Amino acid sequence: MNKKTWTKTSTTKTWTMIAALCALLALAACSKKEEAPAPAAEQPAAQPAATPIDPATVATINGTVKFDGTAPKPAKIDMSQDPGCKGTNEAENVVVNNGDLANVFVYVKDGLGSRTFDVPATPIVLDQQGCKYHPHILGVMAGQTIQIKNDDPTTHNIHPTPKDNREWNESQPPSSPALEKNFAREEIMLPVKCNQHPWMKMYINVVKSPFYAVTDKDGKYSITGLPPGNYTLAFVQEKLGEQDQSITVGPKETKTVDQSFKPAAD
Amino acid sequence: MGTPPKGIFTPYNRGHHRFAVILASWTFLLIIAGALVTSNDAGLSVPDWPTSFGSLYKIPKLVGGVKFEHTHRMVAQVAGLLTIILAIWTWRAEKRRWMRILAFAALGTVIAQGILGGITVLFYLPPLVSSAHAALAQTFFCLAVAMAIFTGKKWIAEDPPIQFDERRPSLFTLTLLSIFVLYAQLILGAMFRHHGLSWWPHVLNAIVVSFVLAWTAVRALTVYSQIEAIRRPAILMLSLLIAQLCLGFMAFLTRIAWGHEAVQPELPMVISTVAHVAVGALLLATTVILAIQVWRHAPVAFEARLPQVQRTSAA
Repeated sequence: MNKKTWTKTSTTKTWTMIAALCALLALAACSKKEEAPAPAAEQPAAQPAATPIDPATVATINGTVKFDGTAPKPAKIDMSQDPGCKGTNEAENVVVNNGDLANVFVYVKDGLGSRTFDVPATPIVLDQQGCKYHPHILGVMAGQTIQIKNDDPTTHNIHPTPKDNREWNESQPPSSPALEKNFAREEIMLPVKCNQHPWMKMYINVVKSPFYAVTDKDGKYSITGLPPGNYTLAFVQEKLGEQDQSITVGPKETKTVDQSFKPAAD
Repeated sequence: MGTPPKGIFTPYNRGHHRFAVILASWTFLLIIAGALVTSNDAGLSVPDWPTSFGSLYKIPKLVGGVKFEHTHRMVAQVAGLLTIILAIWTWRAEKRRWMRILAFAALGTVIAQGILGGITVLFYLPPLVSSAHAALAQTFFCLAVAMAIFTGKKWIAEDPPIQFDERRPSLFTLTLLSIFVLYAQLILGAMFRHHGLSWWPHVLNAIVVSFVLAWTAVRALTVYSQIEAIRRPAILMLSLLIAQLCLGFMAFLTRIAWGHEAVQPELPMVISTVAHVAVGALLLATTVILAIQVWRHAPVAFEARLPQVQRTSAA
């Protein structure tokens, strides 16, 4: 092969390689567009009809959750990396007001047997405002719609990181329509975060029954409409863990079940 | 200019060499940009790939995590473009076939790296994929640095002083061992950063890395101190090792000891971890340079490479 032929062959090879690379890059660029859009919500399996409950016999459980110890000082959050995040912000991982512990998820963990319950048609609202989630702890029934709103003048991304449900990550620009999502399987303290604003964290608790509550700023909760029976009541705090209590409620009974948490051992 | 001892003579091309240096420097910047993404927990702030918020070319508002993630993507795109140009340039200008292969190996690596980056976004940062992305980044950096060395005037024009290595293990073996333990350390560190492994394997291996690199550097400096091409990277490797150990300790304090309760990435932990990644990349690249220079200047004598039987019969 003489030098001229070699050069020509070499040039042809070069351009063939460049063309192949461009084709590969174009394919990579187009592949995303051809993907089917992610489903708006998971499709839970068809639920059997709800087990009837006699409204004349239902009981109520209420109580207060206390924090037994010196309350940790809430960490200040620096939101300066996004001018769209205004106001002050503090960590909500342990919120204590005069010894009362807020944001504890309380639910009937055991004792309902094979009962089934209607999934409420009303969506639960999760709002993003002031670059914080409202509420910080959310309870929802499996399959129930969660309406996620963005009331901030900045883009958020909503990224649940579940263990037993499908993970997803979607961005939500300001003034965009609410996202509607649900989770098909029971999962307690399912973390949700925003990767644009790393301080934004909240937890969704997906349960099979409507017997759950979240303690308010005074540590109070109330669970109503519970059929009489023996139950395990679980109190779950994102940082302090879970504590269970066995309880028995009779017909029409209103029972007070208090709980207290000690500071986490570091 | 000395006569090359063997192989194909390639003339020194200043523009080509400078371009290779620019690519290596840009890649270092890219590693820092990538480290900033991980340290600021911003890996998924742009949820789509290869588009960013649905566009291939529009620059989104660079606030919050997007500032780090999209900047990383833009720096990576430039690195990809520079690699394509360098590969074509090398293909056309280089007479050394292995250099042309190296240039296209670098191009293949940068494409694989881009795809790994995309996969890690689309699959929500699986630790193995994210760690592979981190490890391949430094592999590409080493390739870019090696290309900068091989296109340099000294490499092309110099008649290299050679001092045969008769010690065992040879210095070249030690440099290869150093690269191996550093690479293992890189993977362990990446796995920890991407939540795939605890911190202690990385810390334990730091002891092994320190021992092997110190052994290599001491051997290089005691036996080959008169060869500048070996002495300089050996001193740099030792200095970077000390700096890296200090930065690793700082990263441990800020992220594990003090920062495990942090509600957001704090500046000290971001600075210490990004610096730890950056100096780690420099340390690996310096060790690769040392290995290359040892291979060139302190080879194992050909006779020593022969099995004992062959040596005896040859004599």
